[in-house]
Amino acid sequence: MARDRVMDFDKALELFEPVLGFEVHVELNTKTKMFSAAPNGFGDAPNTNISPVCLGLPGSLPVVNEQAVRYSISLGLALGCSIAPMSRFARKNYFYPDLAKNYQISQFDEPIAFEGQVDVELADGSVRTIPIERAHMEEDAGKLTHVGGATGRIQGAEYSLVDYNRAGVPLVEIVTKPIFGAEHQAPELAKAYVATIRDIVIALGISDARMERGNLRCDANVSLRPRGQEKLGTRTETKNVNSLRSVERAVRYEIQRQAAILADGGTITQETRHWHEDTGTTSAGRPKSDADDYRYFPEPDLLPVVPSPELIEELRAALPEAPAIRRRRLKETWGFTDLEFQDVANGGLIAEVELTIAAGASPQAARKWWTGEISRLANVNGVEATSLVSPENVAALARLVDAGTLTDKLARQVLEGVTAGEGTPEEVVEKRGLAVVSDDGALVAAIDEALAAQPDVLAKIQDGKVQAAGAVIGAVMKAMRGQADAARVRELILERAGQA
Amino acid sequence: MSEISEQQVAHLANLARIALTPEEISSLTSELDTIVDSIAKVQEVATPDVPATSHPVPLQNVFRDDVVGQTLTTEQALANAPESADGRFKVSAILGEEQ
Repeated sequence: MARDRVMDFDKALELFEPVLGFEVHVELNTKTKMFSAAPNGFGDAPNTNISPVCLGLPGSLPVVNEQAVRYSISLGLALGCSIAPMSRFARKNYFYPDLAKNYQISQFDEPIAFEGQVDVELADGSVRTIPIERAHMEEDAGKLTHVGGATGRIQGAEYSLVDYNRAGVPLVEIVTKPIFGAEHQAPELAKAYVATIRDIVIALGISDARMERGNLRCDANVSLRPRGQEKLGTRTETKNVNSLRSVERAVRYEIQRQAAILADGGTITQETRHWHEDTGTTSAGRPKSDADDYRYFPEPDLLPVVPSPELIEELRAALPEAPAIRRRRLKETWGFTDLEFQDVANGGLIAEVELTIAAGASPQAARKWWTGEISRLANVNGVEATSLVSPENVAALARLVDAGTLTDKLARQVLEGVTAGEGTPEEVVEKRGLAVVSDDGALVAAIDEALAAQPDVLAKIQDGKVQAAGAVIGAVMKAMRGQADAARVRELILERAGQA
Repeated sequence: MSEISEQQVAHLANLARIALTPEEISSLTSELDTIVDSIAKVQEVATPDVPATSHPVPLQNVFRDDVVGQTLTTEQALANAPESADGRFKVSAILGEEQ
């Protein structure tokens, strides 16, 4: 695959104005699927959470999950949308084996929620209002695994294996209107928008919102227009963007790639592009133009959804506070400085820190773990921090440090074990034998050995040169494989040398 | 007449993974053509004052509680699959064909 030419980001922004648009898919965490009583689960054996409806078997009929409708209305309201007095499902026809029916049940011209807006806060403290066009209900598709070919990607695959466990999982697709004026902040705004949607659905409790599991997926539309031109440029739609970090990178890359083509007098092809996390680039998928004819028509197997005004008001009254108000409240409750809170917010870690505190950690410990070591590990491995460790395990780690079982250094090793799937922090401590040695007997034995090996040091300490103890502390810590409290070792050395 | 071509039917059959003989393509083409013509007649009388109808029965809000029901076993699910592997449906590579 030929490498795309890209233009320097600042130069691209000088010549062109980026226009953005997002489609975010949110998987709802109902117990069952959108149109059948099959379980909505993740990580189960292939083709076990399925019913005849999920397979589109002849004679099977869909029935709408009421909880999914309630969740969708709540989300619509949280996005400031109007709720349609009557909305209908529609068939989106296409041939692809990720759905066995050859159509997806979605909504077309009568979505459940429309015309809203959501405020997104950027790192510099400024707030941008993102216009929402619609939020509609639909079903997720099955999962294809491409076999053969060099990389397991679609390109070059010999055949594909289909698991329909995900087929029919309730989705809400949130579509923005074109977003103008983001300029240099376009990549950051993309990330902040998706993070805000994530915060909203977590606060509503309607989705697990784990991007690495595909609970929350973003398609990013990017187009450029030359400065001073009114007509919108041709857009591309980048898919497979599965972390907040990639959303930001993908938008930046598309701006740079499109700018290089346009500046050369070339034209942008309207197409789907796939984001590749490993190379940080996008590649062409199918061209959009002919694939766009989905021959939508009203779903004859389902009846219209007509939510009563009472239901809408009931759900509105139960909405959690708006994201901006929530942020202010959390910052105050946690006692964070502006900088500390921004660190958490920019990392998309507000929900994680909140859950970690709820699981028993102090606000400062929760903040330090998430924005410090966990974010560092995530960066090194090119993954999302939230995918590495659960808030419960972070709280457990903090508890072990507070109790003196672990030093900060040991705790980092334990974290590594937890992220490697070795179990809870307690289990990793047990398995790796990482706890601080608090048994003075073992320490004294190691100290006596070290002192015997360095008689000159012992003499210096006994002469009153207590700083000489440093050499012995080093030897003892080494013997204890770092699993000792250095301050306690020092105390014991002085004691043994008769200086305490 | 003849809005549906044999090429369109053959293309559709290919997309739907249905093997058709040339005779079947020919007969289906004329059958589909008749259907399209009939629908066109309905469209002639459907003036703007006639609301679109997607369902003959005036019902709404038919819902199901969010409670797990019966599922198929993997064996049942795969029973009619022409090919399967690792508990999954095996299908020919897709994107290569489209391009």
